[in-house]
Amino acid sequence: MKALVIGCGRVGSTIALTLHQEGWDVVVIDEKEDALSRLGESWRGAFVVGHGMDTDLLREAGIEEADAVVAATDGDNTNIVIGQVAQKRFGIDCVVVRVLDPARAEFYAGRGMRTVCPTSVAIDALMETVRSCEVPRLEVL
Amino acid sequence: MYVIVAGGGKVGANVARSLLRIGQEVTLIEQRRDRFERLENEFEHQVQRGDATELFVLERAGITRPPDIMLALTGDDEDNMVICQLAKEKYLVPKVIARVNDPRNQAHFDLLGISPTVCATSSIMALVEHEVPEHDLIHLLELRKENLEIVEVQIDRDSPVAGKRVEGLKLPEGARLISVMRDGQAEIAVGSTTLQAGDQVLAILEPGKEDELRRVLLSR
Repeated sequence: MKALVIGCGRVGSTIALTLHQEGWDVVVIDEKEDALSRLGESWRGAFVVGHGMDTDLLREAGIEEADAVVAATDGDNTNIVIGQVAQKRFGIDCVVVRVLDPARAEFYAGRGMRTVCPTSVAIDALMETVRSCEVPRLEVL
Repeated sequence: MYVIVAGGGKVGANVARSLLRIGQEVTLIEQRRDRFERLENEFEHQVQRGDATELFVLERAGITRPPDIMLALTGDDEDNMVICQLAKEKYLVPKVIARVNDPRNQAHFDLLGISPTVCATSSIMALVEHEVPEHDLIHLLELRKENLEIVEVQIDRDSPVAGKRVEGLKLPEGARLISVMRDGQAEIAVGSTTLQAGDQVLAILEPGKEDELRRVLLSR
């Protein structure tokens, strides 16, 4: 099983490391060479420097043989476009896209894209935690 | 006519200004504070500050009316693609026009069905190619909707087709010769037309088949 992870920030690097631990063959793409350090010294997967919108670079990274693509750069629109390129040009079924803006995440989810919105996830978790606190209830007179 | 212009840089601001001058209704959207403040002096209530890929910003600019045209003219190709998709598919704006900043992203705009697009670099290169004599194949016209393009090929002395009839050529599938220009006179290319060194040939073909055509006509 081969996965392409585009964007090697906090999120992308952790996903890459976890998939790698789970036995996936992982290729990481990031614009900055420095991002490699996030994967740690023991990283044995591949790392390609370049922009995830560059089709030649995606091919070089082996997108044609990939079973999964994760778009996790810090740009919502970049992730949305990369996700569609992976889906439509390379025919990859498992494309997961990080979109911070809940509105755009919902719109593209409605068009068949697997979007994950960390903002909505955080709001839900925070709300649940607040509700679970034991605070004195307001007395209704 | 109502037009929303996303992106208040040189291109967006000049387009907005030109539209206002011919009496159209315009809302310009600019994200950067410094630019917005400068634009506000000139455009007053007709410029709004915000990220034009955010739904509430588009809605505040009146995209639900919807406008007759959405112009995505920011300096960021990903943003322009998302703006066009939102405008077309969520808000049913009848016409979108997108600016392509990096010509390498043209394929992505095409993949997402965003058309028409305008790319300054490509337009300039097309004009330059026309002037460079050693360019053996020149792009004259792209018919994006039809997925066809028209190119001009210069037949030279070393060309394997010099002296051959058009009907005998093994052209790439989907490619046709349109006309032959010789001594300043153009003729429609028919089966019996014989090609000669010095001819300028117009051909119509699918984009991406240029190399095949070049091999047949010029063997390179």
